[in-house]
Amino acid sequence: MRFQPSLAMTVILLAAVMIVQTDTEAEDGTSWPSGDTILAEVDANAGSRNKLIEAAMVIHGRRGTRTVQSRSWIEGTQRSFTEFLAPARERGTKMLKLENQLWTYTPTTDRIIKISGHLLRQAVMGSDLSYEDLMEDPELSVLYWARTTGVDTLLGRPCWILDLAAQEQDIAYHTRRVWVDQERAVMLREERFAKSGKLLKTTEVREVYEVQGRWIANHVVFRDMLKEGDGTEFLLESIDFDVEIPPHIFSKAALRM
Amino acid sequence: MILFLVKGLLRDRTRSLFPVLVVTAGVMLTVVLYSYIKGSENDIIQASASLVSGHVDVVTRAYAREEDQVPNDLALLGLTDLMNELRQSWPDLIVTPRIRFAGLLDVPDAEGQTRAQGSAVGLAVDLQDPASPEHVVLNLADAMVSGRLPTASGEILLSEIFADRLGVTLGETVTLLSTTMHGSLATANFTIVGTLRFGVAAVDRGAILADVRDIQTALDMQDGASEVLGFFPDMVYRPDAAREIANAFNTRYGSRQDAFAPLMRTLRDHNGLAETLDLANAVGAAIVALFVIVMSIVLWNAGLMGSLRRFGEFGVRLAIGENKMHLYRSLLVEALVIGLIGSVLGTALGLLAATYLQVHGMDISGLLKNSSMMISNVLRARVTPTSWIIGFIPGILATFLGAAISGLGVFRRRTADLTKELQT
Repeated sequence: MRFQPSLAMTVILLAAVMIVQTDTEAEDGTSWPSGDTILAEVDANAGSRNKLIEAAMVIHGRRGTRTVQSRSWIEGTQRSFTEFLAPARERGTKMLKLENQLWTYTPTTDRIIKISGHLLRQAVMGSDLSYEDLMEDPELSVLYWARTTGVDTLLGRPCWILDLAAQEQDIAYHTRRVWVDQERAVMLREERFAKSGKLLKTTEVREVYEVQGRWIANHVVFRDMLKEGDGTEFLLESIDFDVEIPPHIFSKAALRM
Repeated sequence: MILFLVKGLLRDRTRSLFPVLVVTAGVMLTVVLYSYIKGSENDIIQASASLVSGHVDVVTRAYAREEDQVPNDLALLGLTDLMNELRQSWPDLIVTPRIRFAGLLDVPDAEGQTRAQGSAVGLAVDLQDPASPEHVVLNLADAMVSGRLPTASGEILLSEIFADRLGVTLGETVTLLSTTMHGSLATANFTIVGTLRFGVAAVDRGAILADVRDIQTALDMQDGASEVLGFFPDMVYRPDAAREIANAFNTRYGSRQDAFAPLMRTLRDHNGLAETLDLANAVGAAIVALFVIVMSIVLWNAGLMGSLRRFGEFGVRLAIGENKMHLYRSLLVEALVIGLIGSVLGTALGLLAATYLQVHGMDISGLLKNSSMMISNVLRARVTPTSWIIGFIPGILATFLGAAISGLGVFRRRTADLTKELQT
C-alpha cells in the first residue's frame, strides 16, 4: 500500500531537487538524470492531497493462501486509516496512523492497542509487509540519497536503476535498489537491504495503469526474503484521488465506530 | 581365622579406627552425592516431561526443525483425528494437546489505555475437561497460589511472579497480543482467575496458562495444536518403551515426506536433554571413581603407617614360620572387614542424609534467576536401590587396594635380617 505526499510538498521538493542536482554521466558517455531527480519524480507521481483505496492482499503462506480485503483513507503522508473488510475473522479490524504513531483496534477485544517496539516488526495480517513498513515515510526522496547506476527493461519498459542510501542511520532498510519507469516515473521493482547488505525484501510490480493522469501499480508482489512462502500479492481494486475525507476519520474515536 | 582377625581389629583400635572413619566418610559422601545426582536427574526429567516434552510428543517435522522459535504456523492440524489414532494404537498412552505461544500481555486502565505490559510465554493445555490428565501432569492443585482453575472460556492463570510484576489482581481483564498461525496480529481478552507457581524459574518469570480451546480460537488454529504430548499412565519415564512407541509411529508415517507430516520424539530427543542426562550419569560414575582413587591413596598411606607400627609383629609372625603370602592374605582380609564395616556405617549415614535431602530438598532458585533450563528451583535427592549399594564399591575396593599396595612391603622383608631387627 502506498502513501503519497501532498502536492505542495512535492512541488517544493521537485524545485529543490532541480536546483541542486546535476545529471550523471554513463560509461558510454550518455547523460543520465540524477538519482535524486528521478526519485522526486517518483514521489510526485504517487503523491496526492488525499485518496481512498480499496485493495486486496493475497497472502501466499507456507500452508495456503489467504485473501485480506481493506479500505484505506489516506491524507498526505502522515495520516491514514484502514479498515479490514474480509475475511470474516479480520472484518472490523482497523488501523490508524497519525504521523509516527500507529494504533490498531479489534472488535473482539474492543481495545485500541498502540503498535510500538518489537510489535512494529510483526507482519500485517500475516503478509510480507510489516507495520514498520507501513510507518515508513512514503517519500523516499526524504529518506534516501539516490544515485543512478544503470538502465534496464522491465515489463517491456525502459527503466532507470537507482541505488538509494539512507540519509539517517535509524532506518529499517539501510540501502535500496529501485527500478523506475523512465517515462512514467513509477517504480517497477525494488530491493531492500539491511546495513549488512543482506537482502530483506523485494517488491515486483506486475501491472500498472493510469488513473487521473498518474501511473499507479495495481498488481504488486511483496516478498519478505526472511520468510518462507510465495510472497504477498497486492491488488489495487480502486483508487480515488483528492476525495473529501471527514476529519473525524483520522481520530482514535473512529477506530471504535 | 576371620574371627581371629576381627578380634584383633576390635582389640587394636589404632589399626581399625582411622581406616573405618575414612571409609565411613568416603562412603557417606558417595551415597549422598550419588543420590543427589539421581534426584537432580529425576527433577530434570519430571520438569521437562510435564512442561515441555511429555514422555513422547508428536509435532510436525517442520515444527521440530524450528522449535526454538515456537513456530505455530507449522503446527499440527487435524488434531482430533491424530488424537483418536494415538488413543487407538496405544491405548495405554495418555495423550493431550498443547499450544505454546509467546506474546505481550496488555493490562488496560479504566479508559482502556495500556496501564502495564509484559512479555509472556504461554502454555495452552486442556484445563476445562475434568478428565484431562493435565491436572496431574502439571500438578495444578499444588501449583495454585491463589484463585481457582479456569472453568469457562476466556479465563486464564498467570504465574504469581508475572501477576505481581504487572500489578494485576484476580478478576481483572487483560489482553493477549500474539500472532495467529497465519502470522496476523492476534488479540484476545482474558480474565485472570488464579495465580500459580510451578517452581521452575524459566516458566515462573512470565507464564500464562490457558485452556487450549481459547488459544486455538485466539491464534486462529482450529483443530490444531503445537504438539501432542504422551505420558505413561504411572507418569514414570521409560526410555526403551518410549523409543519403541516412537519408532512404530514414525515407521507408520515414514512414507509421508511433506514438512507437515507428524513426527514422534521421545523425551531424550529434546534439545540437549539426552546430553544432560548422560552427563549426570557420567558425573555419578566419575564421583564414585574419584572416591575410590582418593580413598585408596589415603588407605594406602594408612596401611603404610600401620605396617611401620606393626613392623615388629610382622617380623615375629614371619620368624615363627608364617608364610609371607599367608600374612599378606590376612592383611587383605583385615582390609575387607574394615571396608565392610566402614561401608555399612557410611551407607547408613549417607542414606540418612540423602533421605533428608529427598524430603526437604535444596533451594537453588537464587542460581536460576536468568536460567532457561527446565529445572526445579528446589533440587531433591532421590534414594534409589542403587543408593544402598553404591557406597560398597569405593568402600571395599579402596580399602582392598590400599591394603594390597601397602601390604606388598611384607614380601620385601628378609628373614635373614629378622633376628637383627627384633633385637633393635
